[in-house]
Amino acid sequence: MADIALSSSRRSFVMRYPSVVIFIGVLALFTIGVTILAEGFGIGVISTSFVKTLGKTLCLCLVALAMDLVWGYCGILSLGHMAFFGIGGYAIGMWLMYARTEIIVRESLVAAPLPPTPQEISDGIAGQIFGVVGASEFPPIWAFAHSLPLQLAAVVLVPGLIALVFGWLAFRSRVTGVYLSILTQAMTLALSLYLFQNDSGLRGNNGLSGLQNLPGLSDVPQSTISILFFWASALALGLGYVICAWMVSGKFGSVIRAIRDDEARVRFLGYSVEAYKLFIFSFTAVIAGIAGALYYPQAGIINPAEIAPIASIYLAVWVAIGGRGRLYGAVIGAAFVSLLSTWFTGGKAPDINLGFYTVQWVDWWTILLGLSFVAVTLFAPRGIGGLFDLISERRHPDRHGASLGPDPGALREKEADQ
Amino acid sequence: MSTLLEVSGVSVSFDGFKAINNLTFQIGDAEMRAVIGPNGAGKTTFMDIITGKTRPDSGSVLWGEKSVSLLSMSESRIAQEGIGRKFQRPTVFEDQSVADNLMLALKKERGPLSVLSFRPSTTDREKVVDLAEQIGLATALYRKSGELSHGQKQWLEIGMLLAQEPRLLLVDEPAAGMTPAEREHTTELLVEAAKTRAVVVVEHDMEFVRRLGCKVTVLHEGSVLAEGSLDHVTSDEKVIEVYLGR
Repeated sequence: MADIALSSSRRSFVMRYPSVVIFIGVLALFTIGVTILAEGFGIGVISTSFVKTLGKTLCLCLVALAMDLVWGYCGILSLGHMAFFGIGGYAIGMWLMYARTEIIVRESLVAAPLPPTPQEISDGIAGQIFGVVGASEFPPIWAFAHSLPLQLAAVVLVPGLIALVFGWLAFRSRVTGVYLSILTQAMTLALSLYLFQNDSGLRGNNGLSGLQNLPGLSDVPQSTISILFFWASALALGLGYVICAWMVSGKFGSVIRAIRDDEARVRFLGYSVEAYKLFIFSFTAVIAGIAGALYYPQAGIINPAEIAPIASIYLAVWVAIGGRGRLYGAVIGAAFVSLLSTWFTGGKAPDINLGFYTVQWVDWWTILLGLSFVAVTLFAPRGIGGLFDLISERRHPDRHGASLGPDPGALREKEADQ
Repeated sequence: MSTLLEVSGVSVSFDGFKAINNLTFQIGDAEMRAVIGPNGAGKTTFMDIITGKTRPDSGSVLWGEKSVSLLSMSESRIAQEGIGRKFQRPTVFEDQSVADNLMLALKKERGPLSVLSFRPSTTDREKVVDLAEQIGLATALYRKSGELSHGQKQWLEIGMLLAQEPRLLLVDEPAAGMTPAEREHTTELLVEAAKTRAVVVVEHDMEFVRRLGCKVTVLHEGSVLAEGSLDHVTSDEKVIEVYLGR
């Protein structure tokens, strides 16, 4: 008996988690395939805008991975992770806008009789960027916008620190379950409403735009840039997947799943539940920030509406439809639903004429999504990821409807494995 | 024998109801103690206070050689100090295997970063296997603990408690729902554990208490009614009155 116990837990990480290898393989094949078919370096079957859509989708998969870690594994239903995603986008967007405007301003001042002073250049950039909100000076929040390394640091640090402070306040007071969800949603709403103001320093509802134009690379066509961002997104997703899989594979994963199912019991084992929650919450906020920083240069524009609570709710829906508590489920859910959403809302889905009423998918898609969410929650709690269980013949335990722990985030009977 | 835990003058009330009333209790560092008392005597609240789940209104709870106060510590900190608790209803992590449950409980660093980099050594795995053998679950190591029977879950929880290597074990009705043979095995485990550490057993079943063969503390309405050997307390007038309602 002892031999079995020792050998089976001594197998390597990859052997125990073959899904990691399969995932990386599929992602690599997908990346190569898109590269060959795209315009940038390939035969040009796929349009540049579609490459961008695919690249953005990979970023959404990455943030879904973060959501699965915090909700599927640790049981914290955060409705604020798209805010961290947006903050990452704003952080990189500030540099992109600043640096590109700087080039334009310098070019326009070349013809001037005297060489421009740094103050003139700075005023010129500020006038260009903030003209739309009736300001002409840089707000303090733009202090580091001239520096790419500092704004890249902000991509990681700002979401991480906000999550750390918010999480510390919330977890320390033992706010859990639906109350925590409401609190995270309130945070998201407050942030988005703040950014909508013109004097927030981030151009109010105009947001930041022209982010697809990389400073200094104006000669490089968008078809090439789109592929570069696609690669970067694929790389980030691949790395994120391996890191998350490694985290949940060992004892750490065991602790956070235990917290999800019964946090009081974990406390009596001597683990500081608050410290673990804070760690996971902040870590996933950082992942979300990085995903956002890769997403928005491909989207080209970011505005406060992107941070609105509904975005974070969609994120939870993707993870639920994909299958909570398994990493590939989150990725599949995000990819499937967001691509489908692009198709429906892009006006490409044919309208259905019922005679007395025409179903236009641009309007009806949200309702269809809502109904599928309810259906998945009720009838197929394992989501799309659960389809893989049909192959591997995994079944859920028969517990007569009892969840696997007393906490609200605990796995439900039909989500668990036998 | 030195004092490991000293609870003195502790009171706590919930909405005016005094669950614990000026309770004083001591236990040495290798001692077995049974705590008995009718329903509502405050047995569970007593354990809640020691483990940090409930903060008392007054009194002190001192721990160890240095007599540090447990009252300002969090539950997890108290557990790290070496106080393990088994609940009345078995609470194990049902979605995880028996081995994972034991590995979680094994005495190790508890911080997130050290847990993140933790990979079990051969010694750790052997400890888990040994524990599983002690609690009769060696053949169920890789089964999900949710599949186990009620009695097996009770044992798994006792095994997790032993894995923590606590200096004080608080055990709430360990024999509930067990067959006579299982009870006997549980008695052995507890008596064995009490050789090296303090064990407090809360129990209703007098026969089980008799088999433990230890000093008994009788609680009633939140304070100690009597203390001594089982024969001593069962012949006490006040105890008979409380238990038999005379």
